[in-house]
Amino acid sequence: MNETFMGYRRPNGSVGIRNHVVVLSAMDNVNGVVKKISSQVKDVLPITILYGRGQFGQDNDLTINTLIGMGKNPNIASVLVVSLEKVSAKKIADGIAQSKKPVAYLSVQDCGGSLEAAYQGSKIALEMVLQASEQQREECLFSELILGVECGGSDTTSGIASNPAVGYVADKVVDSGGVVFLSETSEFMGAEHVLAERASSPDVAKKIWAAVKRIEDDAKSRGVDIRGANPVPDNIAGGLTTIEEKSLGAIMKGGTAVIQDLLEYGQAPTGKGLYLMDTPAPASESMTALVAGGAQVILFSTGKGNIMGNPIAPTIKISGNPKTVKTMIANIDLDVTGITEGTENLSQGGDKILEELIKVCSGKKTKAEVLGEEQIAISRIQPTV
Amino acid sequence: MKRQAIVMNDKDNVATAVTDLQKGLEAVVEIKSQITQIAIQEDIPLGHKFAISNIATGEDIIKYASVIGQASENITIGMHVHTQNVMSLRGRGDKVIDGRDINE
Repeated sequence: MNETFMGYRRPNGSVGIRNHVVVLSAMDNVNGVVKKISSQVKDVLPITILYGRGQFGQDNDLTINTLIGMGKNPNIASVLVVSLEKVSAKKIADGIAQSKKPVAYLSVQDCGGSLEAAYQGSKIALEMVLQASEQQREECLFSELILGVECGGSDTTSGIASNPAVGYVADKVVDSGGVVFLSETSEFMGAEHVLAERASSPDVAKKIWAAVKRIEDDAKSRGVDIRGANPVPDNIAGGLTTIEEKSLGAIMKGGTAVIQDLLEYGQAPTGKGLYLMDTPAPASESMTALVAGGAQVILFSTGKGNIMGNPIAPTIKISGNPKTVKTMIANIDLDVTGITEGTENLSQGGDKILEELIKVCSGKKTKAEVLGEEQIAISRIQPTV
Repeated sequence: MKRQAIVMNDKDNVATAVTDLQKGLEAVVEIKSQITQIAIQEDIPLGHKFAISNIATGEDIIKYASVIGQASENITIGMHVHTQNVMSLRGRGDKVIDGRDINE
């Protein structure tokens, strides 16, 4: 397959499908400043977070690495990092600067308060937007793409139609020399045997089994049935009876390729092909990790309907539930109900997604993007002190 | 033509309704390449499952050729197969008593 799209070439050679200028909070106490800057300077994408202060150890590493990973994402032309103090701001800015894109930082304490920080930040953002606006799209190859696949608000039509159709496209991206991320570790539970069989080595297979065991041991340590949290009530209403059933349907969205490795939350891939990523299942946390790992675009399969998108990577919503595509049409980009009802085969539905993917990579907006149904949520693994 | 239900794999003992199926309907289902009619015993909403063979208490529920749970009561052909008669075998923290998994 020789599919191409029109993308933005970055200084380090990577390719973006959007040209965002991001103002990034390093911690929650500066979110107001980030919002002030984005209200003064048009065409800035504000990324605010919760927490970020008083985190330490593994939990702090995860937050810092995710912020750096997001900043490095090739959909972003340049970044202004805002923090309360300069140590954290500089650390994150230095990490992002490894990608050779323009990065600046400011500390609210050193600026002399939030109004002064918003003023200084707006001046920096203004120059960044002007500079980014000069960049033109150029022809890029599918092999330069990192595709994230996600599902949310799943029901049994997800496993029949939208997940396998997304998987069909995932296989095309892998065949073209690109990368695909499949995440949501709790939704490997009951389907580990299928994934482990496709692992590139016995070590990778062991990592898959161990990651799922960690989730299951955690569920056991809490003394409650995981059913209710996963599957969630709308999954159950949609006919998904157990986590095993949900998982067997969910993994289909990753396609059928060899699994190269299991990456940590937000980790960049070390090569090409299909990678698993160890993330929680809820869409905001999972997609934040996919984007920190470098995903430029996300195919999002839904049954009962989930409106969530990612602000950095355009999120294409696909459903094979004939009721949802009628009732939630404002949030569904593509209808694959033909696969559910047997009037369309998998490749017909899959090709429709592929065509839309190329359009979105070349600049067409998704519904979540236009409506702003977008959220960043960095997972936390330990309490703050 | 639109189908009424789908069996994901020849090894499965459940079918998934792809439209709302009313009690009493003779649902047309393709099982192992054979067109078969199954009498629907209870209303089956779109996306929900019904048995395509009799499944006794404790037997595996098979979908996608894999185990998706265990029957918690006897299920007969055409019955609704869901949380009321299927137990999950995974992530059962509620089955841990004094730190010991009673399933193990």
